Amino acid sequence: MITAQNIRKSFGHAHALKGVNFHIKKGEYVSLLGINGAGKTTLIRIISALTKPTEGNIIVSGVPLKKNPNLIRRLIGVMSHFTFLYGDMSAEENLKFYGNMYNVPDLHDKIDQLLVKVNLNTRRYDLVRTFSRGMQQRLSLARAILHDPHILLLDEPFAGLDVNAEKLLTDLIHDYVSGGMTILLTTHDINYALRHSQRIFVLKEGELVKDDVSGALTRNEIAELLSV
Amino acid sequence: MIALKQILAILRKDILLELRSKDIIVSMCVFAFIVVIVFNFTFDPTTQQIKISAPGILWVALLFSGNIGLSRSFAREQENSMMQGVLLCPVDRSLIYIAKVIGNVIFMTIVQLIILPVMVILLDLSIGHVLPQLLVVLFLGTLGFAGIGTLFSTISANTKSREVMLPILLFPVSVPVILSATKSTAYLLSGKDIGQSLSWIKLLVGFDVIFLVICFLLYEYVIEE
Amino acid sequence: MKNIKLTYLVLIVITYMLVLTGLYLAFIYAPPEKTMGDVQRIFYFHVPSAWVSFIAFFVVCLAGIIFLKTGKEQWDRLAASSAEIGVLFIVIVLITGPLWAKPVWNTYWTWDPRLTTSFVLFLIYAAYLMLRSYVSNKERGARFAAVFGIIGFVDVPIVYMSIRWWRTQHPTPVIGGGSGSGLAPEMLTTLMFCLLAFTFLYITLLVLRYQSEGVVKEFQALKHKLQN
Repeated sequence: MITAQNIRKSFGHAHALKGVNFHIKKGEYVSLLGINGAGKTTLIRIISALTKPTEGNIIVSGVPLKKNPNLIRRLIGVMSHFTFLYGDMSAEENLKFYGNMYNVPDLHDKIDQLLVKVNLNTRRYDLVRTFSRGMQQRLSLARAILHDPHILLLDEPFAGLDVNAEKLLTDLIHDYVSGGMTILLTTHDINYALRHSQRIFVLKEGELVKDDVSGALTRNEIAELLSV
Repeated sequence: MIALKQILAILRKDILLELRSKDIIVSMCVFAFIVVIVFNFTFDPTTQQIKISAPGILWVALLFSGNIGLSRSFAREQENSMMQGVLLCPVDRSLIYIAKVIGNVIFMTIVQLIILPVMVILLDLSIGHVLPQLLVVLFLGTLGFAGIGTLFSTISANTKSREVMLPILLFPVSVPVILSATKSTAYLLSGKDIGQSLSWIKLLVGFDVIFLVICFLLYEYVIEE
Repeated sequence: MKNIKLTYLVLIVITYMLVLTGLYLAFIYAPPEKTMGDVQRIFYFHVPSAWVSFIAFFVVCLAGIIFLKTGKEQWDRLAASSAEIGVLFIVIVLITGPLWAKPVWNTYWTWDPRLTTSFVLFLIYAAYLMLRSYVSNKERGARFAAVFGIIGFVDVPIVYMSIRWWRTQHPTPVIGGGSGSGLAPEMLTTLMFCLLAFTFLYITLLVLRYQSEGVVKEFQALKHKLQN
């Protein structure tokens, strides 16, 4: 589903990524762990076609990124700690804007369906500015999957959420996991990663130092990998 | 078709946001008024001198307020990394440029349509006989300025002091556009050398084309992170 | 490494000799001008400075284009070094010009196309240097600089053209004709030689500046590594 081939990102003497390789299969739920500055954000940006890698290529569903970035952008949905929602527009207007940008067919029905799904149907005409952080993140999830992506990238989606809001969002994400969506999550929360994902990547100083498929790694082992 | 839909989507969103907040157009108008008033104090408004300076005053007011509008329009996208959300969409980067230029031209034109009558009254100008030509010149000058300004405001929005950086980048590079726009306006208002203004208008069109093409081609390099 | 150092040394020695000879030609060999007198000798520094600033800005543009195509940091460094030298020489142009103009035209400044263009050029490249120092993301800043450097250079002939049109509408005091017209052969030789000497001076300064910038970058990278 997603293959990273020797991804490097460097500028002069600064090396953000030093040759990252991996292959994620369809339907896998992968967590990407790493301290700040390990290169997580850079990697996510490269996969979501926001930044070009200095070397290497990403292949999503057989499409190489360097050849057709817009096709990759269509296959990927991104939800981050930034909501990418306009505060001065209503929930519906925000989804309409993004729906038009992705050229989503039957946009009206799609928006109705998604707003019900993320439980914001009663607030659809309210300005996003008036939403709580949890509601904004739920709407942001709706924005990310509006165009039925094959892959969902979650970049610290739980930052700034309370326990309830986190649980609500987790349940929503799990619906999509059981629906066969491929997920790549970056987080600081080792426990969360262990509990929810099937596979764990540990990124350190721009290198993938651990790719744990079996789930055999314990919390302490991961913490040790991260800290040293 | 999709390209047109995307341009319209961005444009509609920018206009909607401006209708809700009105901060770009209001701040531009207020600033343009202030420029006109300050010129009235610094020159003697009762003499003939002010009429000769009128094209200059008009363009200074439009360009300085335009500068403010341009820096606001990108500062808005900067809050909450909004631009990233747009960049995630499967949209050619140059389409974003086109949509932003159109939006900025619309906002600046609205300000002009408010400022122009005020200036005509305050400076006692007679523009009736050249109104269509004058509007064409205003549009062309605005197009060139917004064309360069859209690219540079994307740059300056990502620097440490964006309000300072934009005019420093924008004004020296726009000298040809500023010069030809002011000259064609001056000839139109003088009422004598209409023919002269035509050759300046042609030059202005040429500058617009050059700047728009080059900014269009380079835009993807400044918008991407 | 040794070979490179030797090349530098040879370059520096050649430049030194050329500049010394240039000084001799400008002050002793070339005859004083009939009407302007000795003040005209400033012309042997003024014109080559303008020439150097022009090549310097051309190099900024060219290096910018290559940088955008390749993403290699060296080209950005070359552009930055060249821009600094270009600004230095355009400042020399702007200082020597009025010094010559005052006794000859009886005014320090006229809004002649060449003078005005030089002044706008100075503003553009001063802005270029400011832009470089105002960006925190190094790679993105380099792209900004490259784009601005390209537009700035394309702007030069356009600015010149527009200002020439502007000034010819109002006749100004006639400026001394084309630089080559009616020069005594000794004067022409001196001018040509000074152009050569200044070109070498530019190359030497560029090489040294580029090199020292490289050392700075390397030092910063090492410091960064030690801090982590």
